[in-house]
Amino acid sequence: MSDLRDLYQEVIIDHSRHPRNRGKLEGANRSAEGYNPLCGDRFTIQLLVEGGIVRDIRFEGSGCAIATASASMMTEDLKGRPEGEAEERYRRFREVLTGGPAGGDGEEGGDLGKLAVFTGVREFPVRVKCATLPWHTFEAALREKKDPVTTE
Amino acid sequence: MSAHGVPAAPARAPSSGAAFDVAKVREDFPILKMRVHGKPLVYLDNAASTQKPYAVIDAYNVFYSGCYSNIHRGVYHLSETATRAYEDAREKARAFINAARVEEIVFVRGTTEGINLVAQTFGRSRLRAGDEVLITWMEHHSNIVPWQMVCEATGAVLRVVPIDDRGDLMMDEFEKLIGPRTKIVGVVHVSNALGTVNPVKEIVRLAHARGVPVLIDGAQAVAHTMVDVRDLDCDFYVFSGHKLFGPTGIGVLYGKKKLLDEMPPYQGGGDMIRSVTFEKTTYNEAPYRFEAGTPNIAGAIGLGAAIDYVEGIGRDTIEAYERGVFARAAEALEEIPGLRLIGTARERTSVLSFVMDGVHPHDIGTILDREGIAVRTGHHCAQPVVDRFGVAATARASLALYNTNEEVDALVRGLGKVREVLS
Repeated sequence: MSDLRDLYQEVIIDHSRHPRNRGKLEGANRSAEGYNPLCGDRFTIQLLVEGGIVRDIRFEGSGCAIATASASMMTEDLKGRPEGEAEERYRRFREVLTGGPAGGDGEEGGDLGKLAVFTGVREFPVRVKCATLPWHTFEAALREKKDPVTTE
Repeated sequence: MSAHGVPAAPARAPSSGAAFDVAKVREDFPILKMRVHGKPLVYLDNAASTQKPYAVIDAYNVFYSGCYSNIHRGVYHLSETATRAYEDAREKARAFINAARVEEIVFVRGTTEGINLVAQTFGRSRLRAGDEVLITWMEHHSNIVPWQMVCEATGAVLRVVPIDDRGDLMMDEFEKLIGPRTKIVGVVHVSNALGTVNPVKEIVRLAHARGVPVLIDGAQAVAHTMVDVRDLDCDFYVFSGHKLFGPTGIGVLYGKKKLLDEMPPYQGGGDMIRSVTFEKTTYNEAPYRFEAGTPNIAGAIGLGAAIDYVEGIGRDTIEAYERGVFARAAEALEEIPGLRLIGTARERTSVLSFVMDGVHPHDIGTILDREGIAVRTGHHCAQPVVDRFGVAATARASLALYNTNEEVDALVRGLGKVREVLS
């Protein structure tokens, strides 16, 4: 049971049930679509980038608890960050979830702040893609990549 | 083996379920003793693949340690033994589906290859621009994509028979869609996503009345019910060994001899030829014409062992036992608040697809796994049918002869845990 709670932490359950920043972003100037062909989950991430800063970010679509919570918490984390910093957050999140080096302050994923709740996903390898799909989609939107993102 | 070769009489009384000892059957499958995350394994993903009894595992051992060599080639003792074992397996497959002749049994890698073979040989040589291939909304991708490919190559058109909200095929629509341009019908016997048992005999009758041949995808049927290709009168019937407690990488394509004889070869290579010169090659007869290269000899022998195993228990006995467990499972799931069964067709077997309010199937799968319960989550390689019910994915519990009522109870408890964790 404890290991399931590592995955389904309260904050993750909360964000999955009450996602933040969900819905269409009026005036968005960048967007991308992400798709997990294994489970059919689909996310659209929309951004408003002005003066090199992610002024606003919203997501549409739905998926499992992990993917939905990840999308929700990602939007909270990235809003207002300069592009370079946002990209660094993407890189770091992916690195920690796919077994990269520990976080900067000595605690695993510690530099991720609130997002560190997702480190439990590492123990569930098939679920890592659920957590990273919204982030890959964000990165595609930020870099204005044309092809839709897929986890496969 | 006395039952072999005898067409299934409709009036045949099913064997008594009481004679079936599930505890004894479970002893035959070593993997079922396994524990997962500290809990006894509850394997409910039989629609994806079934577990293997000692009879199949041992057949590999005996073949590779006692009589292995290539087949149809050597004049030496070992090659003769291996050839006999391989051809014996073909005879077992023939008897299993009551085909008229052993030459009507082509060994393939599985259902997918069997359908591709028919699409690429029969389909490609017969379809012209404007012709139609008729399939159904509940086909597995393996009975959709091969036809799309051959349609693209020939200019033929794919038509799809819709299903109703319960997951039953709309037979009135079928009768409207089958027409003078229809050149082949492809239909799944038992839906892997919904559990629907299709009225395949009626479909064959209606299609034959218009002179249209029918291919039946039997992947999900053979482990659960009697199949008699002569009674069905289908033109092609395809199934996989691994869903029948046999090995992976082996399956059977049944085709009526007349059709197989007319079909061009599939792949070129050894064993499928009669003579080869650089000017002219003549092809071997069916089924060898469709078995180029060294085949999956051990796989065929393993499949033969699986067929012997299933026949040893008796398909009527299996069907009667499974019906009880399935009914109990369907009832128990329906009682769970917020759970919706996807697929409630009039006649169903072995497959229970479902969704739960506010819970994604992926999360169901992960939480059940921690309880030792293996279910499949996703679109089950049948995306159109899952889309049809307005969901992106389902969770699917699928039964086989070794599943028990206690395992159904474990599933229900596991789904209670899902609610507990996610709320």
